[in-house]
Amino acid sequence: MTVTTPLAQAATTAAATAHTGATAWAARIEHVSKSFPGPAGQQLVLDDISLDIAPGEFITLLGASGCGKSTLLNLVAGLDRPTAGSVTTDGRPALMFQEHALFPWLTAGRNIELALRLRGVPRGRRRERAEELLELVRLKGAHGKRLHELSGGMRQRVALARALAQDSRLLLMDEPFAALDAITRDVLHDELTRVWAETGVCVLFVTHNVREAVRLAQRVVLLSSRPGRIARQWTVGIPQPRRIEDAAVAELSVEITEELRGEIRRHGRR
Amino acid sequence: MAAADTAPRADDGDLAGLEAGLDALDTAPTARIPLRRLLTEKVLPPVLALTLVLAVWQALVSFRIVEDPARLPAPADVWHVLHDAWLQGTLLGYIWTSVSRGLLGFLLALALGTPLGLLVARVRFLRAAVRPVLSGLQSLPSVAWVPPAVIWLGLNNRMMYAVVLLGAVPSIANGLVSGIDQVPPLFLRAGRTLGATGLKGTWHISLPAALPGYVAGLKQGWAFSWRSLMAAEIIASFPDLGIGLGQLLENGRNASDMAMVFEAIVLILTVGVAIDLLVFSPLERWVLRSRGLLVKG
Repeated sequence: MTVTTPLAQAATTAAATAHTGATAWAARIEHVSKSFPGPAGQQLVLDDISLDIAPGEFITLLGASGCGKSTLLNLVAGLDRPTAGSVTTDGRPALMFQEHALFPWLTAGRNIELALRLRGVPRGRRRERAEELLELVRLKGAHGKRLHELSGGMRQRVALARALAQDSRLLLMDEPFAALDAITRDVLHDELTRVWAETGVCVLFVTHNVREAVRLAQRVVLLSSRPGRIARQWTVGIPQPRRIEDAAVAELSVEITEELRGEIRRHGRR
Repeated sequence: MAAADTAPRADDGDLAGLEAGLDALDTAPTARIPLRRLLTEKVLPPVLALTLVLAVWQALVSFRIVEDPARLPAPADVWHVLHDAWLQGTLLGYIWTSVSRGLLGFLLALALGTPLGLLVARVRFLRAAVRPVLSGLQSLPSVAWVPPAVIWLGLNNRMMYAVVLLGAVPSIANGLVSGIDQVPPLFLRAGRTLGATGLKGTWHISLPAALPGYVAGLKQGWAFSWRSLMAAEIIASFPDLGIGLGQLLENGRNASDMAMVFEAIVLILTVGVAIDLLVFSPLERWVLRSRGLLVKG
């Protein structure tokens, strides 16, 4: 894989190792800090974050507003550079947003084919691969559909298929289901778990919804706010398939919510 | 793979069914507008408005509110002039002389305005330097360019094209610049994560995303081309240049033939509207409809 983004220089070295053999991690975040210029000088958003993400792992990043979740995701995606520390990924990660971010001038299938084309897949194989990916997200026959003809949930599934078209080992998801209604979101949780199991892709999923985090992940990472630091991590041992209403999911969610509220309260006392 | 510990799903079929149900419920059915409604809502109103204008015109003449035919000819007189020109075989010649100039000028403006717009949109220095000039040129009536163009280039077709270009290029370039400015940053981010950077990003993301603004610029560019051309033809009418619609109007004025003047005005109006209706409006509708930006009804 060739990485042309100047911002993703860190990823280039990882891409080189990917050719020689599989790495022991899908992403490696080492002592990463990030500050932005603010009204009162430099504002520290992320403070000394270190996280190793194993291939095929499903991690959710959880935190209140201002914990720098999206900033961290941008750093891993190579869209921005850390102020200190380094981010190394195994190839260029795929990224999914809260908005579907599909291109409205292309049909659903063409959106996927564009991702394939930019990855260098030859013309003759794109159509077939796009159909396969649509089938994977259970949208067989939606290739020629315009985006406005699809529902919100269907668009997010096309966006998932487009992200998978990058054939990356790491899929970054920035609150991808936050704008959907509860029923659709619930179905998409099942869908994402199924796709993750079928493809073996590593998922780094950002959310502010504790239940969602526990429902999906093998590992939940709680970030504190202003600046964002890793506050605590939980390994979720509940077997998949899980449901959001499972007692075990609820129990762990209560514990994590308590911790999250504690983090938030600290800001009120200052 | 770490995901291998996931148990095979017993309710996989359930999920597929549930999802199919959700998809069906959430997708709004779209239907074509019936022809009858299309006729009554889209075609009838402009036809009525046109009839009303003709009726008022006829009334002004019939009830002798304007008595002098040298001031206002009857609609029938104008029709006769048009009919005669058709029978003499000169009508299409007038139209073609102007339309061919207008379209060729517009295509030239397109070839110049598009790269200019791209450069102004992408190069920061050019944007600061050239954008205000483009906006200023847009508000300058292109008739103002006719005298200098005649002095620089003489009375010839080159001078006509120069005036058309000065009228249309700013509109086309400006349309493209504002189209690119209005591209949602999310598309650019999404494009970058897919590997569309630099020229690839411009070709696959920025340009198609900017298409609605660009097409609006083209539409305005055509209107400006046509207006500039008519101004040039009226002011710089010269027998060797062939008779276009502008010259026809000027000839009518020189001969104090008001029916001929009206003939020219009717033709100029008709051609301008026809090209917009046949070329630019369908293009604009297609662009907007394919993006779901056009509300039906």
